[in-house]
Amino acid sequence: MSGMDTPVTVPKGALYTAADVHFMQGMIAHHAQAIFMSRLAAAQGANPRVLKFANKIDQSQMAEIRLMQEWLVANGQTAPDTASYHHVMMAGMLSPEQITQLKAARGPEFDTHFLTMMIQHHEGALKMVEDLLASPLAAQDVDVSVFANDIATVQTAEIGTMRRMLEQNPTQP
Amino acid sequence: MGHVRRTCTLAALFILSSATALEAQTYPTGKDARNGLKSGILDAGVAMEGMKQVSFTPKAAEFDTARGLTFVNSDMAFRGNYVYQGNFAGFSIWDVSNPAKPVKAAVVSCITSQGDPSIYGNLLFLSAEGGGNRNDCGKGGVQDPKDHMAGVRIFDVSDPKAPKLIKNVQTCKGSHTHTIIPSPKDKGVIYLYVSGSQGARPETELAGCKSNNDAADESNSMFRLDVIKVTLKKPQDAEVVTGARIFTGMEPAPRRGGGAAAAGRGGRAGRGGDSTAPPPPPPTGPRNCHDVSVYPAMNLLAGACGSYGILVDISNPEKPVRLDAAADTNFSLWHTAVFSNDGKKIVFTDEWGGGTSPNCQATNMLEMGGNTTLSITAAKKFKQHAYFKLPSAQTAQENCVSHNGALVPVPGRDIMVQGWYQGGVDVIDFSDPDKPFELAFFDRGPVDAPPVVDGGPPSAARGPAARGTIGGSWGAYYYNGMIFSSEMARGLDILELTPSDKLSVNEIAAAKLVKFEQFNPQSQPKIVWPAAFPVVRSYLDQLVRGNGLAAARTSAIGSALDAAEKMPAAARRAALTKLATQVGGDVGSAKDSARVKTMADAIKALAAAAK
Repeated sequence: MSGMDTPVTVPKGALYTAADVHFMQGMIAHHAQAIFMSRLAAAQGANPRVLKFANKIDQSQMAEIRLMQEWLVANGQTAPDTASYHHVMMAGMLSPEQITQLKAARGPEFDTHFLTMMIQHHEGALKMVEDLLASPLAAQDVDVSVFANDIATVQTAEIGTMRRMLEQNPTQP
Repeated sequence: MGHVRRTCTLAALFILSSATALEAQTYPTGKDARNGLKSGILDAGVAMEGMKQVSFTPKAAEFDTARGLTFVNSDMAFRGNYVYQGNFAGFSIWDVSNPAKPVKAAVVSCITSQGDPSIYGNLLFLSAEGGGNRNDCGKGGVQDPKDHMAGVRIFDVSDPKAPKLIKNVQTCKGSHTHTIIPSPKDKGVIYLYVSGSQGARPETELAGCKSNNDAADESNSMFRLDVIKVTLKKPQDAEVVTGARIFTGMEPAPRRGGGAAAAGRGGRAGRGGDSTAPPPPPPTGPRNCHDVSVYPAMNLLAGACGSYGILVDISNPEKPVRLDAAADTNFSLWHTAVFSNDGKKIVFTDEWGGGTSPNCQATNMLEMGGNTTLSITAAKKFKQHAYFKLPSAQTAQENCVSHNGALVPVPGRDIMVQGWYQGGVDVIDFSDPDKPFELAFFDRGPVDAPPVVDGGPPSAARGPAARGTIGGSWGAYYYNGMIFSSEMARGLDILELTPSDKLSVNEIAAAKLVKFEQFNPQSQPKIVWPAAFPVVRSYLDQLVRGNGLAAARTSAIGSALDAAEKMPAAARRAALTKLATQVGGDVGSAKDSARVKTMADAIKALAAAAK
């Protein structure tokens, strides 16, 4: 299953490329899955720190989805909605098996799965940014460039935070 | 299993196990003047307390355009009567000799995101990070990678009306921000510590760049801050001389086994990527800083580096030494730092969401996206005390999180002013690191009316291009008597503190006595107050406010000061010398004996200055 392969028309003179559009579209699905994962935390007995961290991911990525949608709409491109994660697969996103595993876990086991899978998920986002930056002429539009850098900065930092939480988690293997 | 594992390299780090240990803060439930302000770019509602607006100057026409970040203002630097205001598309120089009427000296169009400026003498430095910056400053993007400029631009601004680009110093990771550290040995040399948050550019674009996950690899562009050395007489020769490897040893031990972390990697086969290749080892500790603040007088650097706040000794700027690192799960993106003037306290900010998200809403957690106060122990280690977040819930239309600020030079207190994007400007007292509180604020309503949600139709009110506007105060700084705030979408605000029960006339007057020839907020100068009556009276006001000395004594001291001020020099000297001795005698019995002692010393200095 691959991501956004819908053809993209880039108007003449635009400072963005099809790769930028695909990045923004794909990241909406990517974020939407992270939000789905984060919203499991309350009901599945996450410890308070993990729960708070999950809430943070939920709140920040929700706001970012709006930014991405607004950028796409403003540039006359298709803006996927938050349901798009059901059919779009981007780097680091959970497999159906992993989702089943996460949904079945409770308490400290949930924490371990959540943190481990969210690290994987964030690393996928970093890969998406890396791919974007490696793409010819991409990430020159200031909004895309700043947003991509923010994702790299924020998610790298969050990976560090999650690793430390994982090390302190009693179910750490 | 079943116990907390830490490697010895992590022993120096502390991790808060619970936020409840710190002072809890809640959004005010009562009426806040900042609630419900009308939206609008130039006609938004305004609320302020403890300060007044001296002037507002809109962005220059060159930068005034549609939505998005392309033409927003960024950070500021100050020298003489000039304010240097960065912009993602260049910079403006304002002559603020008359703060009520800033005059445009120059507007330079030069695509340079994010354009954070620093000034040193006649040299202006500008951070360039994005993919669309060209060597020639031009618009239209980079067509040939050889034209790509990412690093630090150097301008000669000896004629503020005609700045000249004299050098582009290319760096592997570009420059999100940079910080000036004057050489402790050579007055003709400064260093720029360059923070770049992106990965390294390919070697085909810039020779010598290398990006991998090996922190021990000395040739790796990651895990270091690029250090540019500038010889002031030969700025055209400025170049990267070394990398400040301040992260060495912070890498957590490699995770055992791939586990789920290596499994289930989805993803399309990307350009330059092979979905069947094994994933690269995951990034762990910090590889970069977002921003570093230095306090050269104390040889200290505070680095806001990903999920860590780092304390570094910069006695030798070419060989910095890490002293400590702090981590906190509430702070996922450590941002700028501000030292107290005595170098014993530090405020770090958390730029949750990167600044483009509305993270000051009532639903947002208060311990995230705000400040945290730490003290620096005698052993040069961090101790975390409290969180502080803008005590006013903002709307969903206002991008808001704690951002850049600097000290307000009120003697006897630790006060800072800070920009919170569309949360406005806030003045905060952190004298007691356990109980930071708000002293004054300035806020506008959102730039935009409520936006469309989740792909809905663009609203007629906002025009066909349904973009949320990113705006607000990028940074707010006190410079020579005024507070300057760089409004990203709107322009330049100049504000002035006004007296309140929390800040006296004397404290405001004492702050105004502190003048700097130049000021770069991230390169913090040491504040020294002159011998002056407002300084002594500031301490006295503080003793009255905090019941630090018996009321009978504070009123007697106040009267003695008033009388002395009216005397001719010789008599004044004698009267103040006598008063200083008396106040020295109060030290032992005072509740706030340290402040009484400081006041006695200030009176003594005032006596000596009476000529």
